[in-house]
Amino acid sequence: MSDATTLDPQAVTDADAATRSQTSVIDQRPALDVHLQTARSPLAHLFTARADANAGVVLEEKAFLGHLMLRGDPAQSGFAEAVEVALGLALPLTSSTLNLNDAGVSIQWLAPDEWLIIVPGEEAFAFEQALHEQLSGRYQVVNVSGGQTVVSLSGAQARQVLMKSTPTDVHPRAFPVGRGVPAVFAKATLILRHVSAKEGESEFELVIRRSFADYLGRWLLDASEEFGVCIKA
Amino acid sequence: MMHIFCPYCGELREEEEFHAKGQAHIERPIEPEACSDAEWGDYLFFRNNPRGIHHELWIHAVGCRKYFNITRHTVTYEILETYRMGEQPGITAETLAAEQLAQSAAASAASSTTQQTGDARP
Ligand SMILES: [Zn+2]
Repeated sequence: MSDATTLDPQAVTDADAATRSQTSVIDQRPALDVHLQTARSPLAHLFTARADANAGVVLEEKAFLGHLMLRGDPAQSGFAEAVEVALGLALPLTSSTLNLNDAGVSIQWLAPDEWLIIVPGEEAFAFEQALHEQLSGRYQVVNVSGGQTVVSLSGAQARQVLMKSTPTDVHPRAFPVGRGVPAVFAKATLILRHVSAKEGESEFELVIRRSFADYLGRWLLDASEEFGVCIKA
Repeated sequence: MMHIFCPYCGELREEEEFHAKGQAHIERPIEPEACSDAEWGDYLFFRNNPRGIHHELWIHAVGCRKYFNITRHTVTYEILETYRMGEQPGITAETLAAEQLAQSAAASAASSTTQQTGDARP
């Protein structure tokens, strides 16, 4: 058989070593000029700039970020180390933990074998490649950037908006900085993360599916109205 | 509002995040072709509906999205334990009955002691 050599496990291993990864990865982001002319974020039509000096709530869409879903077994030798090398961030092994750095890279525990990685949009392809380069064995990396968006919720009354919207306990005692969970939100679902707290004012990130974006965007504007809303765009 | 302990998230989470998926520990026959119609029908359609302890399959749908098991009391709605897939329940109708038997035996022993001391009282 002419193709016998390709079935030789040793040959596959060698090929693997030569190319580092046999997974084909494509850059899902179009060239920058095309991107700037044509791309519309899921909340572009709703979150138009609105100034309010006394706003209790500040909303901002963090559009066009790179979202990667990572799956794998953290008990597999080298898995956690490989992720840390690729991202420069430790793989969270504790439930509902969010690790993030100043370079705009974050990794959040979603399940014992699943994590959400968010990176600056223009770096998504490079991070995806780095993960494939470092990881081996059974794992999965999927770029889901086109399917979701991030809303930043901050301001003195940010927590009140959350309390109106979700049954999840968002008291700082139960929901400290560095915690992130999927949550029921206005009867829809999203991922809620407590990103920072400066001078007692918290910033939360809401990771929203594109198909829920219009509904949740309108809900957030309505729920924030009584506190005064500032929209950064 | 009820809190349910997810054995995969390792913490109590909101009831709304979970969905019940029916009776737990149902095993698909290894050789469906070798089943009688009665056996196959039993596997597909027939479920227990006990008054008391019930082992149920649940999913943490808005969360880790893992299936797990709950031992629940169908009269009081009390959740007695949650445990991972592949594990066996620690609490069953049998262990609960044995526990109740031991409790009533201890209670009757205690009441007979009270009677004896009661005689000495004025
Ligand atoms: Zn869970």
